[in-house]
Amino acid sequence: MKKLIIALITLAFTSTSSIAGPKIEVLHWWTSGGEAAALKVLKDDFAANGGEWMDMPVTGGGGDAANVALKARIVAGDPPSASQIKGPTIQEYDQEGVVAPYNIDEVAKAEGWDNLLDPMIAAIHKCENNSGPYCAAPVNIHRIDWMWANKAVFDANGISVPTTWDELNAAAEKLQAAGIIPFAHGGQAWQDATVFEAVAMGIGGNNYYKNCYVDLKESCLRSETTVKVFDQMRKLQGFTDEGSPGRDWNVATGMVIEGKAGFQIMGDWAKGEFTAAGKVPGVDYYCAATPSNNGYLYNVDSFIFYKSSDPDKQAGQKLLAKLMMGKNFQKVFNLYKGSIPARLDVSMDEFDKCAKTSNADIKTAGASGGLVPSFAHGMAQGNTMKAALQDIITEHFNSDMSSVDAANALADSVLANM
Amino acid sequence: MFKWLEKNLPKIVMAPAVGLIGWFVYGFVLWTLYISFTNSKILPKYELWGFGQYEKLWASRKWLISVDNLLVFTALFLIFCIVIGIILAIFLDQKIRAEGVLRTIYLYPMALSFIVTGTAWKWILNPTLGIQKMFIEWGFENFTFDWLVNREMAIYTIVIAGVWQSAGFVMALFLAGLRSVEDEIVKAAKIDGAGLFTVYWRILLPMMRPVFFTSFVILVHISIKSYDLIVALTQGGPGISTTMPALFMTQAAFHKSQVGLSAASAMMMFMAVAAVIIPYLYSELRRENAR
Repeated sequence: MKKLIIALITLAFTSTSSIAGPKIEVLHWWTSGGEAAALKVLKDDFAANGGEWMDMPVTGGGGDAANVALKARIVAGDPPSASQIKGPTIQEYDQEGVVAPYNIDEVAKAEGWDNLLDPMIAAIHKCENNSGPYCAAPVNIHRIDWMWANKAVFDANGISVPTTWDELNAAAEKLQAAGIIPFAHGGQAWQDATVFEAVAMGIGGNNYYKNCYVDLKESCLRSETTVKVFDQMRKLQGFTDEGSPGRDWNVATGMVIEGKAGFQIMGDWAKGEFTAAGKVPGVDYYCAATPSNNGYLYNVDSFIFYKSSDPDKQAGQKLLAKLMMGKNFQKVFNLYKGSIPARLDVSMDEFDKCAKTSNADIKTAGASGGLVPSFAHGMAQGNTMKAALQDIITEHFNSDMSSVDAANALADSVLANM
Repeated sequence: MFKWLEKNLPKIVMAPAVGLIGWFVYGFVLWTLYISFTNSKILPKYELWGFGQYEKLWASRKWLISVDNLLVFTALFLIFCIVIGIILAIFLDQKIRAEGVLRTIYLYPMALSFIVTGTAWKWILNPTLGIQKMFIEWGFENFTFDWLVNREMAIYTIVIAGVWQSAGFVMALFLAGLRSVEDEIVKAAKIDGAGLFTVYWRILLPMMRPVFFTSFVILVHISIKSYDLIVALTQGGPGISTTMPALFMTQAAFHKSQVGLSAASAMMMFMAVAAVIIPYLYSELRRENAR
């Protein structure tokens, strides 16, 4: 017995004090389905390069639980090597001084990330107010302004994919008259905001979107255009069913798949639900951008790399950053996730129709100034401002607030949180 | 040595617990108080900033809505739990058959987590899945019961679920109270010609004063802290119509990068709980000292 205990203790000690080499501790919430499968590719890559991967998955609430765990670790002075953080939140952490001295910049320089990424996407991942060294790595680009429509339902009612919001409204009225729920929607604050930003970009145009939701100009927020955007939101609300409040997004997607509802406005992760149900784009369902002037609302998932004094972990961070931006991972991961690679030179051959559309559209949008960050998904604004906008949008959508009141409330809410 | 140990053993045994509670409860309360006076955003900061967070808090629409909701919820939750609890307790007190089974049935919801209660009621109350759909399928085409998705009424669905969960617990408290009253008192009242109603209304219920007090304190602090029920049932929606202070607090800390504001709201909740608990403890302790 005694010998056994001693043996166990020695084993415990030897297994923790392993050989020196790249080491990484990754906090993430990709634990199920395609995301987990994709992450495994990365883990295997990492191991094949002699690294030791310490997984720290925290599931629950779409990253809420992980955020709690992350903050606890940082407050305790022991941040993980890398975690899933994106958009302006990267800068928020940088300003707290937990990211410098930007370990991975060396890799980024050596690999030439500046040439591999769109300058706008690249800036997100640079610390010191988006212009300094790289401190985070992008893994994908999600498009938000997608409309997912059931083709059989559209065909049966003689509807083609709408290219303007008026056409969309007319199509929805047709469906409603035929006794089909036109608009599958889950009434949760972030989903309301997701629809809102697609409407804002579509009705107001790309410059309006940038003025209002990126630059937060008060005159823009109070403008007649914002009122029109809220008017369209009110119309869309009339196209939902009464079970909508509180519904999860994937349940709403399910309604489109089953033909109970006509269409949904949701980011490209919705495609995973169609794929899982064995549906083929263009045959069973349409994936089309919501009406806009060559706009493209992007949402990029990234990993941030915190400061670390352990040379093994520093080596691990460098290795992980390199692999994450590697062609193989960018391709495989996005095939699973439904998004497109952040890296520009990945071949799109193996991707489906929707992803190819997305990849073509982002280039058009980039050239014409239509590439804009999603605020509903934390790309345009930090968490505080995102919530300030979201609160008013969801309140308007779920009440009988007038569009004028909503536009003013939106401006007030933004000013109060400046 | 042995004598010393015997004398001090209870203190030694209690010391770690007292130390841990002192640090993890009171220490962290003080820490939160301190943070509420700083301009902490995504992470805690330690430079003092004054009362700015409290000013921001009371200027926030969402906070005011959540305070309103808390008042409505607490009042209704208290009244319904206590009234239903008393009625159930009085019925069970009639020495009926199968009392044990019934008591368990009424008390059983207490064994569930609020998350389970919330999720179950979310389905029951959803107009396209639950009661409304059932009635429509039975042929009552115009039947509507859409409180859950109605901004004005959604807060009452939280009351319904909360009362369903906690009324049985109040019943158990009152039943225990009623059973502790000596039979002689009831018999004497009956000889004097008092009916059943009079016996309860004039004699037994007034004797239940401490039970009222206990239920009040327990229910009020459940309602101020209520978080999981709302997360499961409405997530604060439709819109932000059912936001409550605890939900506001977690959202501020973990979604909105407003750690300082969150600490300020936590302190407001702490004060609300203290306003209820401290007079209670004071009266209890004074009574004990008087003995």
